[in-house]
Amino acid sequence: MADWLGPEEWRAVALSLQVSLWATLASLPLGVFVAYALARWSFPGKQLLNGLVHLPLILPPVVTGYLLLLTLGTRGPVGSILADWGIVLAFRWTGAAVAASIMAFPLMVRAIRLSIEAIDPKLEQAGATLGASPVWVFATVTLPMALPGILAGSILAFAKAMGEFGATITFVSNIPGQTRTIPSAIYAFLQVPGGESSAMKLVIVSVVVAMSALLLSELVGRRIAARVGGA
Amino acid sequence: MLEVRVRHAFGEFTVDAAFKAPPGVTVLFGRSGSGKTTLVNAVAGLLTPDEGRIASDDRVLLDTARGISLKPHRRRLGYIFQEGRLFPHLSVRQNLGYGAWFAPRNAPREEFGRVVELLGIGPLLDRRPGALSGGEKQRVAIGRALLSAPQLILADEPLAALDEARKAEILPYFERLRDEVAVPILYVSHSGSEVARLATTVVALEAGRVIAQGAAAEVLGDPSILPSGAREAGAVLTARVARHHEDGLTELDAGGVPLFLPRLAEAPGRLLRIRIAAHDVILSRGRPEGLSALNILPGTVHEVRPGDGPGAIVALDTAGGRVLARITRRSADALALAPGVAAYAIVKTVSVAPSDIGGGRGHL
Repeated sequence: MADWLGPEEWRAVALSLQVSLWATLASLPLGVFVAYALARWSFPGKQLLNGLVHLPLILPPVVTGYLLLLTLGTRGPVGSILADWGIVLAFRWTGAAVAASIMAFPLMVRAIRLSIEAIDPKLEQAGATLGASPVWVFATVTLPMALPGILAGSILAFAKAMGEFGATITFVSNIPGQTRTIPSAIYAFLQVPGGESSAMKLVIVSVVVAMSALLLSELVGRRIAARVGGA
Repeated sequence: MLEVRVRHAFGEFTVDAAFKAPPGVTVLFGRSGSGKTTLVNAVAGLLTPDEGRIASDDRVLLDTARGISLKPHRRRLGYIFQEGRLFPHLSVRQNLGYGAWFAPRNAPREEFGRVVELLGIGPLLDRRPGALSGGEKQRVAIGRALLSAPQLILADEPLAALDEARKAEILPYFERLRDEVAVPILYVSHSGSEVARLATTVVALEAGRVIAQGAAAEVLGDPSILPSGAREAGAVLTARVARHHEDGLTELDAGGVPLFLPRLAEAPGRLLRIRIAAHDVILSRGRPEGLSALNILPGTVHEVRPGDGPGAIVALDTAGGRVLARITRRSADALALAPGVAAYAIVKTVSVAPSDIGGGRGHL
């Protein structure tokens, strides 16, 4: 199995898993927060926030990548400040993770928001009458009941991050071992003569990873639903 | 003692009510839409009224004039909802323990084992709410509220979602709660029989206003107060179990008047409260002869109150207490019923429904 993939392909697979995991885990707390805000609160600018979150879904990925380069690049308004602190995102794997998380964010927020909206606010009220402060109600009622949605959102985001290409290649380019994820590697292999077999292997890896993620989410989701459901 | 004064407008409809709830069960009684739930939610803090003051003993929960409005989780209440609202992701045991976890360490609290035993939910502890019947869910909801070490229990039509059999299953637990737990209970209902069985104090509501408040027998025996409509009217009497007869009847003594009911599982000497629905009472000017009905109560007419339709409600003062009768206006005229006139109330033995009979501890 180890021989089946060459070192270059291995690096792409490992990098893709690393980038996608970080992209998913790091954006999860913010994803839950934004989903909760959109589901439960009404505040000025709510539609603006909703639009902003969904923007990467509608914009051409290349445009998103270019905007990231403009803002987070070493000479960009945010990027230059980060650079002063020693944080450089452009052309690094961390930048790839940022691009992937932004592209995956709408899918994550959407799934979590739906699951929060499905929770009867009357249960949260019941928690409050039993003495739980809003933070505790969130931690003991809302969060556990939204778990299936949080899980589904995370898996979706992970799969999206694994497949992210346009924004990534625009923002962090296609540097072997640094920013060459599976999609970028497939693209690169297809540019050189004789690269088809390597590309094909990565295609198979992509399909296997995506299918496993789906099956896993289905399995765990069903378990949680059986535990939570039937009320 | 809970003191409530609330004014709140919902568009056209305004709730403007003030009442006091002494220890025991205070029932907010009225038709749907009379503002009962609004008042309970204001007490719970789930609704902030336009204006008002709510205080439980010395604790001010709400005072709009002074800008005080405690958040629901700081009010120390146990709220029993109509639909139970158990947490589906927690086991019954975890549901029961939820409130206790947030209660102050030094708060006087009910013992877990005692509450479980009181409500008969021992076998359910490791189940999830999804696997419980409607009646079981409601018992767990009662336990959950009780175990949160509340200073006041609120119950918003906790039986309304249940069928008759389940209601009969849960009602005794509320009676035990009233008699064995020191916490005052504010109970919302539109059912005359529930009120008759549970209430220490009745607060009758109509269109957002309090039309009467006081002891249960007093309020329910007043024909001018029919919060749930003339159809549901019924008076409450207190009677003592006199003896059990061999033919399957139990004789009760209502202020010297004998009443016969199908055999009750109560020891002689026990005080009971009995509800006699107004539509189960027939009136007669003379003592009836040759009638199959066993229960005949002599009395004097207190008031004749014509209804909207062809009916009228007659209040009759008997030795056992006030009885309401729902008859036609034509009959009232034919019998020349008027205040001060002597008449007999005829109650068929079977018309005293068992679910309306409850242990009364001299609350009346």
